Amino acid sequence: MTIASATMLINWEWIGRNLGSIGDSVTEHLVLTAPPVVFGFIVSFGLALLARRYRGLYQPLVRSTGVLFAVPSLAFFALLIPFLGLSRANAYVALTVYTLIVLLPNIVEGLDGVPADVTEAADAMGFSAVKRLLKVELPLALPVIIAGLRIATVTIIGLVTITAFIGFGGLGADILTGYNRAFPTQIVVGVTLTAVLSIVADVALLGLQRAVAPWRQEV
Amino acid sequence: MITFESVTKHYPDGTVALDGLDLEVDEGETVVFVGPSGCGKTTTMRLVNRMVTPSSGRVLLDGIDVAEREPAALRRSIGYVIQHTGLFPHYTVRRNVATVPELEGWSRAQRNERVDELLEVVGLPREVAERYPHQLSGGQRQRVGVARALAADPAVMLMDEPFGAVDPLVRSRLQEEFLRLQTEVRKTIVFVTHDVDEALKMGDRIAILADGGRLQQYATPRELLSDPANEFVMDFLGEERGLKRLGLIPVSEVSAEHGPVVYPDDERAVAERSAEAAGLDWVIALSESDVLLGWISTHELVEGPMRDQQIRSFGLHVQANDSLRTALNAMVTNQSAVAVRVSEGDVYEGLLSQQLIAKELE
Repeated sequence: MTIASATMLINWEWIGRNLGSIGDSVTEHLVLTAPPVVFGFIVSFGLALLARRYRGLYQPLVRSTGVLFAVPSLAFFALLIPFLGLSRANAYVALTVYTLIVLLPNIVEGLDGVPADVTEAADAMGFSAVKRLLKVELPLALPVIIAGLRIATVTIIGLVTITAFIGFGGLGADILTGYNRAFPTQIVVGVTLTAVLSIVADVALLGLQRAVAPWRQEV
Repeated sequence: MITFESVTKHYPDGTVALDGLDLEVDEGETVVFVGPSGCGKTTTMRLVNRMVTPSSGRVLLDGIDVAEREPAALRRSIGYVIQHTGLFPHYTVRRNVATVPELEGWSRAQRNERVDELLEVVGLPREVAERYPHQLSGGQRQRVGVARALAADPAVMLMDEPFGAVDPLVRSRLQEEFLRLQTEVRKTIVFVTHDVDEALKMGDRIAILADGGRLQQYATPRELLSDPANEFVMDFLGEERGLKRLGLIPVSEVSAEHGPVVYPDDERAVAERSAEAAGLDWVIALSESDVLLGWISTHELVEGPMRDQQIRSFGLHVQANDSLRTALNAMVTNQSAVAVRVSEGDVYEGLLSQQLIAKELE
């Protein structure tokens, strides 16, 4: 099947009539993506500080996030239903958990990657522990942390489509409806826009990653 | 200024870094801790700003136990320079240098003024202020490190192998400059190195430490070289102890001989008499204003005054602040038993002989 014949399958007129609801799907998709990434970052950051304080915790924590990540997403939503029902909270909790496997190691490794002589100097200059973290370690770890955020965000944008099965889904809802109605146009729209969202988010965060580190050796 | 009172440091794994160290650093002096790696010299230095806490004993700064001071405030009052500089890669040179003033809450204008002043003090061009550390050479980074340590004008500086990461040529220049700087700022400095030559060059006093922080000797460089306390110290100072000692004695400390000198109008007989009186077969040719012209061999004397004679050059000369080691080098290089001492403008001041130098080593 050529691209030309594939585009023949698309009902452009339907797209034209439904631009409004497609826009709503995109907005909904973003609304489902952002909170898990933000919560995931906050939780991971707390866990990372804990893991750096108590080194023995790090491996168990990372392994736990790995186990959680291995739970199929659909099963995860189902498992949470007895506690949270078919609620938005259900989607948020499950998606948040999936970000941990990427964000926690990235934050810890980003902070660990700060050269020893730099942290030594920070201590010797008289930074308090909090100031050292905020003014020295965090800025230096930021490129690695944002690299983690890129992966987490792209992953969540993909996973959000699955929440269609518990009544949300953003663009995933379009894919599911299109499938149930055997209407390819809606599926193609859902898939394409999900991919576009991933790419846009990734490029935007890449730009941020570069912008926060003007001091880095140009390569 | 800094007093170590029976300080011990044991680590949980059983290693003893320090075992009862007593030591006093006077105000305005540079004390070098030197010893093989693992001798506890860095640990000892870090006791001063509480980067290390003693297991027992006390460290006093200006008579006050540092354990009673709040660590961050204590550290802001003490300059700190390390081998790999520890410059903050995400700060410009300006902000790096202004680190402690910023923590101390100085205004932006005060900080900027101080940074400009310090860059000049450490010999950096003003335009490096807006660069990031990775854009500088190794030597420049070290200078920034020193400037940062000096920023809040601390009375005490801790320096851990501050010139260790640069090539020997740059290191030697940084050492010279730092010595010059120290004569102006007169900080109390604890300086750590494993390089005995650096210790001899930089230290007013040197503490030689063996494994476990056992103090072997605490003395001036010249005392160490002339009177090493034990085998360990002797080994550590290495071969050529005599030469190293000569390197520390300035030419001005030995009285030069006057030597057989002749002036342009002197006749041949005067030259011959001078040479004979000195037991030499040559004389030193000076101008009327005592400027050194060179030497004349008595075997080559022709009739007439000295201005008509064949005058040969001495090659290397020495000056008052050169070391006896430099004088010895001049002798060896000139293939002569003497070195000529001159002042600024080549004005003749006298002769140094090998015997005179050998006497200094007795």
